Amino acid sequence: MTTMEIDRRTFIVTSASAAGGLMLGFYMPTGADAGVMGSPWTAAEGGQEVNAWLVIDPDNSVTIRVGQSEMGEGVFTGMPMLVAEELQCDWSKVRAVYADVNRHVQNFAEPYMVAAGAAKETDNLYQRMGTGGSGAVRRSRLYLMQAGASARERLKQAAADAWGVDRSAVTAENGMLSAGDRSGMFGEFAAAAAGVQLESEPEIKTPDQFTLLGTSVARLDTPVKVNGSAVYGIDAQVPDMVFAAVEVAPVPGGSLVSYDFDAVKDRPGVIAAYRLGEGGIGVLHYNLDEVANRVTGIQSGVAVIADTYYRALTALQLMPKEWDDGGHGDVTDTSIIDGALEVLANPDDPSYNPADSVGDARGVIAASSNVMEATYTTPYLDHACMEPMNCTVHVTADRADVWVGTQNPPRAIAAAAEEAGLPEEKVHVHNCFLGTGFGRRSRPDEVRQATAIGKALGQPVKVIWTREETARQAKMRPYSVYHFAAATDANGKPEAYWNRVVSHSIFNHQIPQFLRDGIDSQAVEGLDERLPYDIANKQVDYAIRDSHLPVHWWRAVGASQNAFALEGFIDELAHAAGADPLQFRLDLLPEDSEFRRPLEVAAEGAGWTTDLGRGEGLGIGMAEAFGTIVAHVAYVTVSRRGQLRVETVDAAIDCGHVIHPKMVEMQMESNIVYGLTAALYGEIHINKGAVVEDNFDQYLMLRMNEMPEVRTHFALSGGGKWGGVGEPGLPPIAPAVSNAIFAATGKRIRSLPIRNHDLI
Amino acid sequence: MALTLNVNGTSHTVDVEPETPLLWVLRDNIGLTGTKYGCGIAKCGACTVHIDGKKAFSCTMKASAAVGAEITTIEGLSDDSSHPVQLAWIEGDVPQCGYCQSGQIMAAAALLSQRPNPSDLDIDAAMSDNICRCGTYSRIRDAIHRAAEIAGG
Repeated sequence: MTTMEIDRRTFIVTSASAAGGLMLGFYMPTGADAGVMGSPWTAAEGGQEVNAWLVIDPDNSVTIRVGQSEMGEGVFTGMPMLVAEELQCDWSKVRAVYADVNRHVQNFAEPYMVAAGAAKETDNLYQRMGTGGSGAVRRSRLYLMQAGASARERLKQAAADAWGVDRSAVTAENGMLSAGDRSGMFGEFAAAAAGVQLESEPEIKTPDQFTLLGTSVARLDTPVKVNGSAVYGIDAQVPDMVFAAVEVAPVPGGSLVSYDFDAVKDRPGVIAAYRLGEGGIGVLHYNLDEVANRVTGIQSGVAVIADTYYRALTALQLMPKEWDDGGHGDVTDTSIIDGALEVLANPDDPSYNPADSVGDARGVIAASSNVMEATYTTPYLDHACMEPMNCTVHVTADRADVWVGTQNPPRAIAAAAEEAGLPEEKVHVHNCFLGTGFGRRSRPDEVRQATAIGKALGQPVKVIWTREETARQAKMRPYSVYHFAAATDANGKPEAYWNRVVSHSIFNHQIPQFLRDGIDSQAVEGLDERLPYDIANKQVDYAIRDSHLPVHWWRAVGASQNAFALEGFIDELAHAAGADPLQFRLDLLPEDSEFRRPLEVAAEGAGWTTDLGRGEGLGIGMAEAFGTIVAHVAYVTVSRRGQLRVETVDAAIDCGHVIHPKMVEMQMESNIVYGLTAALYGEIHINKGAVVEDNFDQYLMLRMNEMPEVRTHFALSGGGKWGGVGEPGLPPIAPAVSNAIFAATGKRIRSLPIRNHDLI
Repeated sequence: MALTLNVNGTSHTVDVEPETPLLWVLRDNIGLTGTKYGCGIAKCGACTVHIDGKKAFSCTMKASAAVGAEITTIEGLSDDSSHPVQLAWIEGDVPQCGYCQSGQIMAAAALLSQRPNPSDLDIDAAMSDNICRCGTYSRIRDAIHRAAEIAGG
């Protein structure tokens, strides 16, 4: 055993000299074939950049830059696959790193990309650097494949020039160029290729020509995630870094009235306290006319800075503080939902706007003697990212560096630049691995807050929010409430359908310019003209009823709530009609509906039957989100004591095409776990204006012993359809389970979470 | 005050208050950031380490309580990711975001050292302290069975 005397100071200095740069991280290659460095922002050293997306080393290694954020969904593998499919490099020598967001915001798309017509997302170099909306593959694939194809043709031209042959005589395969008896590695021709001008850009492959895409290659990020070397934002280390613990007003919109730093300033390691913000809730305002998306304001609170995080946190917790509640001290979750239910109960409330209207639903329902009605509710939810929020910054007079795991590096740059008072080109965001994102990490309130602290301090500082602080500062999925009414014919089939929806609108909170005639389109996703079912008379009305709480995107957002309500009500109609819920849905779908196949495939996988014993049930849920249709059939058991177990889920997905089948299966499992956690347990209570559930002892998570067996079935329609994968598996799980509970027990679940219901 | 901790076979003397959780000493004083902070109340398992070969939640364990013990973190499980659990994790591509995986791997390694061929019920009992928000549970289960095979040769 060796012995080392270590204090923080020597540790930092030693590490700094070892790394030789500003940023330490843990620059730890895990072997020659490592696909990803522990510090994922690490730029390739040496090598030849052929275009902005790829660098080729003399030894034929290819570094592929990834614009999307790796938060588990697999972009560090999938994005390089799209480039490599066309580049024809040696996949075993591919490395993935983050694209440089500073370069992205400062530079336009490269001319070849514009010429190829592939630069359609934005004007900026890497096209799209936000990660969300299940968009990584479906929105990036054309330009990433173009980057690979255009580089490959330049390599071939460079070899053709060297060998005095025509480019058409040169082939590129597995990192080798050859023509007749001549051959050479990509690495030999990379420098020349970078200077090649082509008369026209090559066409990219069609799916029938794919060789790498469609295979389940090993994830490039696995090796650094099994040995502790993957650097998440919370792991960033910078020379001379100190630590900040923060607490902001527990009631969103409230303020820090006073604090007594003198009471704690002599504690070990304590350096400073810093008052944060001037009130407000740090809303993320999108300004879509410009690149910048701004987080305005910092919520009122206080930071304590010390030489270690635990010393900062202890001093913060011991420091006397007084808060005001911003006038929201009477608000509870019940008062918010009751207010919404009042609007829901009054169809003539002036806050309604029509989201969809076909025929005369209200008239037919008013005249009918067979009307079914039901009210559904879903609660506010926290994202509960596995990694608590954090951000490390170093702000100087002429440069700011930010280490954070973010879903939106351009927004992080904008937030830091504005707070630091620096132009964006002077801000460098080093994106880290994300300990999940789920939408939470697309709102850089932590970046703005950390930048304010770092600017005041003038020294590198790592800001960490405790789990409790992360929960109290949740940017929640909104609540929503639904009223359904349907008039049915003699066979129980709906002739008219009227749906009213009231919710806290994310659009109204942060992108009011996206509201169309009062409609938040994501709040009525799958319910308006996107309703899959064919009903002659249909009306959908929407009303906004906000609260003081900040709301934000959450995995699958609107669809995650709407599918629960809609598919529950359709199930109610089926049972009222005495029909098989599967057949009832098929009868309600148009003949050419794209929902049929996933529904049938999931049902077949589950061995669909309505003939099960007491305490056993199968239930269906389906939804379209982000261009993909998913149908789930859940099999549940409910014991005589009311103990629910979700045994299996048969999950059928039509995302058109699949570039990595195993990753799609993993995302289906992930969505089912995330959605099932929410369905069974998820609920944020509000007391005196503040979040109640602030840690995992109260905000319960699905665990290993509750994991259902998930069987993923591909029901791919192919053609021109390219749907998302990161979220669409989520919406159908809550209704599949709640409908299965009805089949098992006769208990209809009309509100989430399920744990609030007695299943005996 | 100065505490001396034996971490991954190396002795470290650190200047911390004795009640400081072992987690923060590992991360901030010793610089081993593979052990993660998730909840601070021993309810998520992200901070799982081994104390004398048995799993422990470093977020609620006082550093002073670890003096004299052999502390093993994810960085010390093996030098080259060759522990059977790590090999099985790589083979199965278990991690998604990866944040909880250090804790999952340490919990799985502790389980296998106690029960070389665990049943599904053993795995449920040993692994349900560890939350994974990405939902890798079934792949973790498969990988633990595979690790048992690898370890058994």
